[in-house]
Amino acid sequence: MSSDMTTLDSLTVTAGSDKSGNSACHDIIFTPGEITALLGPTGSGKSRFLSDIESLADNDTPSGRKILLNETPPDPDQRFELQGRLVAQLTQNMNFVLDMAVDDFILTHAKSREVPTPEETTEKVIAAANDLAGEPFAPRTQLTQLSGGQSRALMIADAALLSWSPVLLIDEIENAGVDKLRALDLLVKSDKIVVIATHDPVLALSATRRLVFEHGAVHAVLSRTQEEQDILARLTDLENTFSHVRSQLRLGKPLTIGER
Amino acid sequence: MRLITVAGPPSCGKTSVLLRTCAALKKKGVACAVIKFDCLQTRDNLAYHDADIPATAVLSGGLCPDHFFATNLEETFEWAKNTGAECCVIETAGLCNRCSPHLRGALGLCVIDNLMGIDAPQKIGPMLKLADLVLVTKGDLVSQAEREVYRHRIRQMNSRAIIRHINGLTGQGCQELATVLAMAPDIVSVTDMRLRFAMPAAVCSYCLSETRIGSRYQKGNVKKAEFGDAHVV
Repeated sequence: MSSDMTTLDSLTVTAGSDKSGNSACHDIIFTPGEITALLGPTGSGKSRFLSDIESLADNDTPSGRKILLNETPPDPDQRFELQGRLVAQLTQNMNFVLDMAVDDFILTHAKSREVPTPEETTEKVIAAANDLAGEPFAPRTQLTQLSGGQSRALMIADAALLSWSPVLLIDEIENAGVDKLRALDLLVKSDKIVVIATHDPVLALSATRRLVFEHGAVHAVLSRTQEEQDILARLTDLENTFSHVRSQLRLGKPLTIGER
Repeated sequence: MRLITVAGPPSCGKTSVLLRTCAALKKKGVACAVIKFDCLQTRDNLAYHDADIPATAVLSGGLCPDHFFATNLEETFEWAKNTGAECCVIETAGLCNRCSPHLRGALGLCVIDNLMGIDAPQKIGPMLKLADLVLVTKGDLVSQAEREVYRHRIRQMNSRAIIRHINGLTGQGCQELATVLAMAPDIVSVTDMRLRFAMPAAVCSYCLSETRIGSRYQKGNVKKAEFGDAHVV
């Protein structure tokens, strides 16, 4: 099955309808290698959009959307087979509930995904997660004892390095103290369709295009202008300054004017 | 009439899922009747009534609920027939997890949720092992990796069931489930049908309302445990 899915050239989300049941305007087509940011106030429908993709909606969710793979609706068998596998998802729900150690959990996940070298992959995922998280954790740590940032980092590393899913959905990556630009870098390298719901300006502007949500539907589709490109450069610069200052303060080092 | 048994631990979302699914079936023109088997109390029948689905709740009280289920199955089936339903859905509370209400030749569903421990699929036992369809709820509350690991554990317990994620609150997956239920085997009579798994044996003095502790009060089918050696660390 994994080899079949590498042939996913496009994923289409049909327009469906907004919260009042009025037809929405935009069908959205996603292709591998691009990042799409979803923007809009809380409650405007970003999470619904993500979960429609995740469940391969077929007019059976409140939005009435349908998902097409390579421009064709998946047949029921394909849909069931792919359910929860086509898409790797990082949601806002980052509190683990399972009573397992980190390494057992990742190893079991690797085996359930039929990864060829599960032990090696487990080590890689844990190392990458420790690289992203503020404070490192041991492989034998219980999942439920991880901090918010550590859980998030583990899930990002798991999604990027362990699963073959061609689509990656991310909900609010910025919320839990991971290095977001490095996280994004790790994810983009995996050559997936990446869709991010975010309120973060740097993440939003880093995307190839932006979907703006209103009242449960896509209201506008925007690409980055030249002017916005310049703004992104400035914001990235500020971001780097911030993280430099933060780490200096953490280490108890004095700050000097002009330092970067 | 089509016959469907639905089992699962308390509060895993059986009723929410069935409410949505029966409503979807009704829309397709397939009438359902629901019978809820429970121990102490339930208000689920009212929820079905609110959705205009014929439903009744029956309580086992002091009896083993699964025995109560088996000894009342013929009457249950008759009751559902009399409502004019095409689908008879039996929801059981899934009690000591030793039993399975599933019948050979009828469609058997097990509902479990993603918030139970990783060993839950093993602990739930026959009602999961012998189900045709395993529905997993509350997946929206955990990470994807957890859903996948959990699904893997379910698969280890039941290699042949169809496993689906479903959400009784948003209705996600319920329409699909309705399509499956509409294809459940058509059954004329439950008489002579067989359970997929034997009930636990009992009939000891405590079955007959004995409350005192002590060997001299224990009569009938009494099993004594072997405790083995204590492990000293």
